[in-house]
Amino acid sequence: MADTTRTVAEPIPTAAPAAFDRRDADWYLDKAVQVLVFIGGISAIIFIIGIFVFVTREGFGFLLEGFSFGEFFGSPRWKPTSEYNTTYGILALVAGTASVTGLAMIVAIPFSLGAAIYIAEFATGKTREILKVLVELLAAIPSVVWGFIGLTIMNPLIIELFDVPVGLNVLNAGVILGLMAAPIMTSIAEDALKAVPDRYREAAEAMGATRWQVIYRVVLPAAKNGLLGAVLLGVGRGFGETMAVLMASGHAVNLPDSIFDSVRALTATIAAELGETAVGSEHYQALFTIGIFLFIITFLINLTADLIVRGIRKG
Amino acid sequence: MHEPIMNETRAANGGNGHDAIFTRDLNLWYGDFQALFDVNLAIKDGMITSLIGPSGCGKTTFLRSINRINERLGYVRTEGSILVFDTDIYGGEVELAQVRKQIGMVFQRPNPLPISISDNVLFGFQLHGEGRTRMHKSEKEEIVEAALKQVLLWDTVKDRLDSKATELSLEEQQKLCIARLLPVKPTILLMDEPCSALDPKGTEAVEELIWELRGDYTIVIVTHNMAQARRASEECIFMLMGKVVEHTATEDMFVTPAKKETADYIEGRYG
Repeated sequence: MADTTRTVAEPIPTAAPAAFDRRDADWYLDKAVQVLVFIGGISAIIFIIGIFVFVTREGFGFLLEGFSFGEFFGSPRWKPTSEYNTTYGILALVAGTASVTGLAMIVAIPFSLGAAIYIAEFATGKTREILKVLVELLAAIPSVVWGFIGLTIMNPLIIELFDVPVGLNVLNAGVILGLMAAPIMTSIAEDALKAVPDRYREAAEAMGATRWQVIYRVVLPAAKNGLLGAVLLGVGRGFGETMAVLMASGHAVNLPDSIFDSVRALTATIAAELGETAVGSEHYQALFTIGIFLFIITFLINLTADLIVRGIRKG
Repeated sequence: MHEPIMNETRAANGGNGHDAIFTRDLNLWYGDFQALFDVNLAIKDGMITSLIGPSGCGKTTFLRSINRINERLGYVRTEGSILVFDTDIYGGEVELAQVRKQIGMVFQRPNPLPISISDNVLFGFQLHGEGRTRMHKSEKEEIVEAALKQVLLWDTVKDRLDSKATELSLEEQQKLCIARLLPVKPTILLMDEPCSALDPKGTEAVEELIWELRGDYTIVIVTHNMAQARRASEECIFMLMGKVVEHTATEDMFVTPAKKETADYIEGRYG
């Protein structure tokens, strides 16, 4: 009895209201984490702007003085070190990159779509898990290893199979690049197929659709944006890839007539020549101008791919 | 291949009175779990039969085994037989696609495909090759119009046949899901709680539609809603724990149930 009265008479000390502005360790930790996460979040924007500014500044002198739009994009002659007739024409380099990327997509699209359809629609249980791990493992192979395969395996193979003098050419680089791009395209395409709700499949199957009809008439149309995004990311990868293409393409400035011609890629040109130019020279700046061009192209491709993939999420 | 057999049988039987679906000792397992025990049922042709019972009693499982959509799950094992117009649909020579063409299914959640309204109606039709010999556009339009009119949807959607089916209201989607079964001329329509995702107005409209279709098709409808079973079906099957407890005319079941379990369920003592 006495106890109860006591509790009633002496409630918890009334100091609490006065402590509304108290900031404990949790409060500071929360603020600190917020700031850190914010910095992390905007760092991507800062870096991308920083890189763009840097590349543009380095190539800007050339853009203002020696640059001629017609020569730069219209001439197949890339002669930065010629004594009497220096020309900076990237047409042959663009043709090199485009032909290698084009062939790579011809190789990669059927492989990656086939693999994605198999993993997403047919494989079950362990098979699926193992395949997914393997595809990710394939995507992680360094590009120099792929270049090495192009140089030492594909090169003699092409010479022997097609009876051509050089095996380092569009075919070699295209196949290598296609195999490189396929894994990443596979996993994005698989995500797109997985995103198709199962009730669509069930609806079609209940109407008597065979497995192939379900895939062809329901799943692929429903996933087409994601699949297009996957292909575009593959193209972006092809444009940006340097080392493997440098090693497998033959690195000869050349407008290719056939897939057995050696070519040179835009990226490979920068990689091979930048170390040998005087900083600030016209050649150096011309290489940076190529960099700007590549930056814009890959940016546009990735942006398009991203917008397309986002499009399906919404719709 | 089997389709003409079924149709002839149907014609020979002259519709009503004969069994559309006849099951013999049907047992079904999901892995180790047995969901159906010796189900022996005879569902009459041209009637609406409702399946009622508490959750997990096997009514949906039974329904889904009639057009073999259960087999999508790899771990389902079925024993016994289901005869549809005297053909065992689990028989060795039966083509799955033909079974599912004859026996249409409407799901709990409306599931129109993410294509246009008219493509949805034509989907099954084209699936089964009828559309393969280049059809005239006007013929397709006729099929779409006929199917949509039959489900009382034509007037609301006739001006937007090319818009996406997924943009329709749920009630319209469900009607469309019924409409798309009709062009392949099924004999049986299975409906798995077709109104449970709809509002009362939509429920009423779809129920009305089902009642309209009675006679032309044998309809089996699973429902949780006792009132719905009572007003929208002619025969009623009560299932409990994977077994059939009672199968009789709907009015009899609700007025004078033969078994105690049925009476208890109908009175809401459990379920």
